Amino acid sequence: MKYVALVYYQERLIDAMTERDWQALNRECVAGVERLTEQGHFLAGQALQPVESATCIQVRDGEVLLSDGPFAETKEQLAGFYLLDARDLNEALRLASRIPPARFGTIEVRPVRELPPGDDRGETS
Amino acid sequence: MPILADIDSLYRRHAPRVRATLIRRLGDFDPAEDALHEAFAAAVARWPEEGIPDDPVAWLIRVGHRRGIDQIRRRQTARQQAHLLVPEEGEAAEGRGIEDDLLRLLFTCCHPDLAMPDRLALTLREMAGLTTEQVASALLQKPASLAQRIVRAKRRIRDAGIPYEVPDDAELPARLPGVLAVIYLIFNEGYSRSDGEAVVDVRLADEAIRLAQALARLLPRGEAFGLLALMLLHDARRAARQDAAGELIPLEEQDRRLWDRAQVEAGLAWLERALARTPTGPYTLQASIAAVHAQAERAEATDWQRIVRLYEALYRRQPSPVIALNRAVAVAMRDSPEAGLALLEGLAGHRQIVHYRLYHAARADLHRRAGHREAARQAYERALGLTAQGPERRFLARRLAALEVAD
Repeated sequence: MKYVALVYYQERLIDAMTERDWQALNRECVAGVERLTEQGHFLAGQALQPVESATCIQVRDGEVLLSDGPFAETKEQLAGFYLLDARDLNEALRLASRIPPARFGTIEVRPVRELPPGDDRGETS
Repeated sequence: MPILADIDSLYRRHAPRVRATLIRRLGDFDPAEDALHEAFAAAVARWPEEGIPDDPVAWLIRVGHRRGIDQIRRRQTARQQAHLLVPEEGEAAEGRGIEDDLLRLLFTCCHPDLAMPDRLALTLREMAGLTTEQVASALLQKPASLAQRIVRAKRRIRDAGIPYEVPDDAELPARLPGVLAVIYLIFNEGYSRSDGEAVVDVRLADEAIRLAQALARLLPRGEAFGLLALMLLHDARRAARQDAAGELIPLEEQDRRLWDRAQVEAGLAWLERALARTPTGPYTLQASIAAVHAQAERAEATDWQRIVRLYEALYRRQPSPVIALNRAVAVAMRDSPEAGLALLEGLAGHRQIVHYRLYHAARADLHRRAGHREAARQAYERALGLTAQGPERRFLARRLAALEVAD
């Protein structure tokens, strides 16, 4: 089963970090991804640029509306995501609990929803 | 790749025992889960080339244990946890030890310090090897809630220091019934769902039977055999219990040719082994009752005298109103509906029993047999008011409608 682990934390906590601590955190995250990859759990994932870099798009009545994000003032900001392959939800939670920002932020784990396959694939087997 | 398919089926079959041993050696669930996964990942990487080892379970344990220790050492907590690590044992010590680890895991999952829903969830996931999602759907719960329940239960096992061990001979008689109760609850949860009509991909009855088979092998006690016999005999009626439309068919109206004869024979064989051991416990007695039904070719040929005696023996061990209720029904079948009704009236003082749907269903049935139409109608309505399950509700409603037609 596939799960997404969304990593949230308060960017101001990161801003307040020393350069050394920040580098150490990054190394820890890289090592974590290596381990997940070795175990066959890591399908994809990325860390994200700070929320100030976000652009939000809405399409209303065919009009494209652009704005700086995020819309809501939230305490924690989305900082990255992992797409994990796990046997079940408890395994996904166990893996997510090892994601380093879990110690000062929040990891939200959600099962993926498989969309129904399109019927225009044109396969005739 | 056939080897990968083999590894997959090895996982389903052997993951619980590999996990059980790793939990003991590494001292906690989570490092063991990691190590288990590493071991299977190593198998996927190496077996296609090297071939499957002669003893795959021992191989997986060995590799998992080494990787688990490496991990724990690497982590900061290594110093605090180092004393928990059990050193790797010689190969010779393995065989029996692995079996015992499964049993330890079962006793831990069924520990009386855990709430009953925790015990069910842990036993199904850790012992039966189901996924969180399968357990949740089988128990009609949300996966997210069930996952949290499992995480908290494991934390409780760790924090409360619930031992990872099989109780010694002195303690075993007190602890075994708790384990049997969890397995039987799993069976009953699948056998007669308490509500809803969810169709799930997991048959809880099969899982319970598999657990009881493992227990009977690991811990040869009369009541372990008795519980296995009881579940096999009940489950053998599966194909006859419902018609094609999913409507409930009571025991006396079932087409007994649809009963699974092979499973009946297996149940009777386990019962024989159970009866060879004394004292005869409550599961063995209930299995004996199921055996009387299993051995009657037609409902009319049922030896009700024997069933009454078995319920009396059961009542002496467990004087519960539910057993008294069953005994009353057996007496009604042996003697007359009125004789059974008189016994049922005597139970009306029990608070548990007056809210028990099967008490009113039994009263309704006996009034119906005795031709007391109005009393039967009232009792059916009372039973309906207490029943949530779809097929059971429709069965009662059909009986009620049949009364009205007869008017």
